[in-house]
Amino acid sequence: MKIEIRNLSKKFGAVQAVTDVSFSVNEGELLALLGPSGSGKTTVLRMIAGLETPTAGEILINGQRVNDVSIQDRNIGFVFQHYALFKHLTVFGNVAFGLKIRRWIRPKTEERVHELLTLMGLEGLGSRYPHQLSGGQRQRVAIARALAPRPSVLLLDEPFGAVDAKVRQELREWLIRLHDDLNVTSLFVTHDQEEAMEVSNRIIVFSKGRLEQIGSPAEVYEDPATEFVARFIGSMNIVEGTVRRGKVEAGPLEFPTPAIPDGTSLRIGFRPYYVKVSEDPSHFRQQARLRHVYFLGVAYRLEIETAEGLLLRSRMNKEEFRQCRFQAGQLVSYAVTHYRILPQEGVTGYALETIPLAGP
Amino acid sequence: MRHFFILTVWLYFGVLLLGPILYLVLQTFGEGWTVFFSEITKPEAVHGFKLTALITGIVLVVNILLGTITALVLARQQFPGRTLLSGLIDLPFAVSPVIAGFMLILLFGPDTLLGTLFGAAGVKVLYALPAMVLATLFATFPFVVRELTPLLQTIGTESEEAARTLGASEWQVFTKVTLPAIRWGLVYGATLTVARSIGEFGAVLVVSGNILLLTQTATLHIYQSYVDFNYAGANAVALTLLATSFAILAVLEMARNRTTGRAAM
Repeated sequence: MKIEIRNLSKKFGAVQAVTDVSFSVNEGELLALLGPSGSGKTTVLRMIAGLETPTAGEILINGQRVNDVSIQDRNIGFVFQHYALFKHLTVFGNVAFGLKIRRWIRPKTEERVHELLTLMGLEGLGSRYPHQLSGGQRQRVAIARALAPRPSVLLLDEPFGAVDAKVRQELREWLIRLHDDLNVTSLFVTHDQEEAMEVSNRIIVFSKGRLEQIGSPAEVYEDPATEFVARFIGSMNIVEGTVRRGKVEAGPLEFPTPAIPDGTSLRIGFRPYYVKVSEDPSHFRQQARLRHVYFLGVAYRLEIETAEGLLLRSRMNKEEFRQCRFQAGQLVSYAVTHYRILPQEGVTGYALETIPLAGP
Repeated sequence: MRHFFILTVWLYFGVLLLGPILYLVLQTFGEGWTVFFSEITKPEAVHGFKLTALITGIVLVVNILLGTITALVLARQQFPGRTLLSGLIDLPFAVSPVIAGFMLILLFGPDTLLGTLFGAAGVKVLYALPAMVLATLFATFPFVVRELTPLLQTIGTESEEAARTLGASEWQVFTKVTLPAIRWGLVYGATLTVARSIGEFGAVLVVSGNILLLTQTATLHIYQSYVDFNYAGANAVALTLLATSFAILAVLEMARNRTTGRAAM
């Protein structure tokens, strides 16, 4: 089913948790609400479920306004961060709960529960109690329980937040597969950008109760609409400066800023992989000292410091890294190959795209 | 040194608990079974047991209902005065039951507004069942509330919300989710309530008037028998109450194991 959110706001007393948020989720889509804690994403999810009442705005599910429809009648599956399983019921009892409330007949209930236990890889665990299960199993029971009554929409609130890294990866893959199989419109909240990128078709980025950007993982990564998104999604070097004679100077670096009047103060951002570093101090024009090398598993991150005290992060793949012989503290040369002018309120007329910088 | 402390503990328990209990048992059965049975089947004793059972029953029902509601409100609702009410819950533990009884006499005395009102309606509060129930309620009301409030706070509201999203009505949420989650805590609180109701003496003595065959509970009967030098009667009734307490203690232990077992998982 399609979900539509129009100008949704929520105040808790004097605290404005959500401000004028509008977006829509397409039929069968898997969409992530991404943002730091306290950014209002969970509140939006809870309002869709009916667990919170909006202060203003409208929620439509399949074209029907549901603001005044009770939680019980919204036909929504909700998965809580801490599972919220019924401890006094077995796995079977938990999954069957919604069906019993809806007065399904016993054979149909049993059939449906077994179907879901199989789907979630929980065969044979029907008679266990929640405390006899691992964290990953508990969360799969919670998902099975939410899906059992065939909800029109599945909402997941930080579903993988309470399990360790390895299980989290497993659960993500479960969710993707599950979504491919069932194609139920799903919305999940996370503060983990990697998780959002991996799992969802589209990402909605929240900050301080406002919607910052909607887009595919590639779009929010490559074309951040706001400085917040640029900082929050992936890592980015950010320097500040004032436009003088068509460019921003930040320490040793110069960034052309065509079409922006002199005197405008701007922020310039560039991803770590646009910072090239060489062990040969004369290979690139700029010099810096190598402060730290971080091993990231798939790549290396280098932290360099210019003579002016500017700290820059560079990312290097393993092959590149192996060809150099870096030692912490040594003098290196570097070049910034691409940059972006970060979006700023009140400043318009410049290109919102990655700009290549002239070679060394 | 270690032996000294272990011995001290044994002595402590011996003097305080085991000695008196053993002595009571010996004294009672020293008179023989026939005396025991004739004493506890005397009309005064039977009336005392029945009255104690009646008061305990009423108090138990009221405490389970109002105690659960109070705990739910205190744990889940934000309202002005919540902190004050939470603080007042322990008051009955701090105030002597005799004072509680005395306050009831002042409140319902023949010259007061409430006393006149009830008098006009023909309802006898003081020196009758209503005051005895109120006095016992005063002494027992914290048990269920104190047991359930922190329990409800620990459990949180997520599983209740989950039940709502699955279509459960408020009543279904309470009976199918909240109640099963707090049931052993409720049993624990109820057991303490029963034990305290059976044993309550001071407050009941003050408000009942201790009228034979009318307002004399089992504990008052023990006291009266003792004052009247009927030691056999006092012993027999006391031993019966003691046995009841042991039974309740057993239930209590069971409930406690269940609650801690649940909390650990």
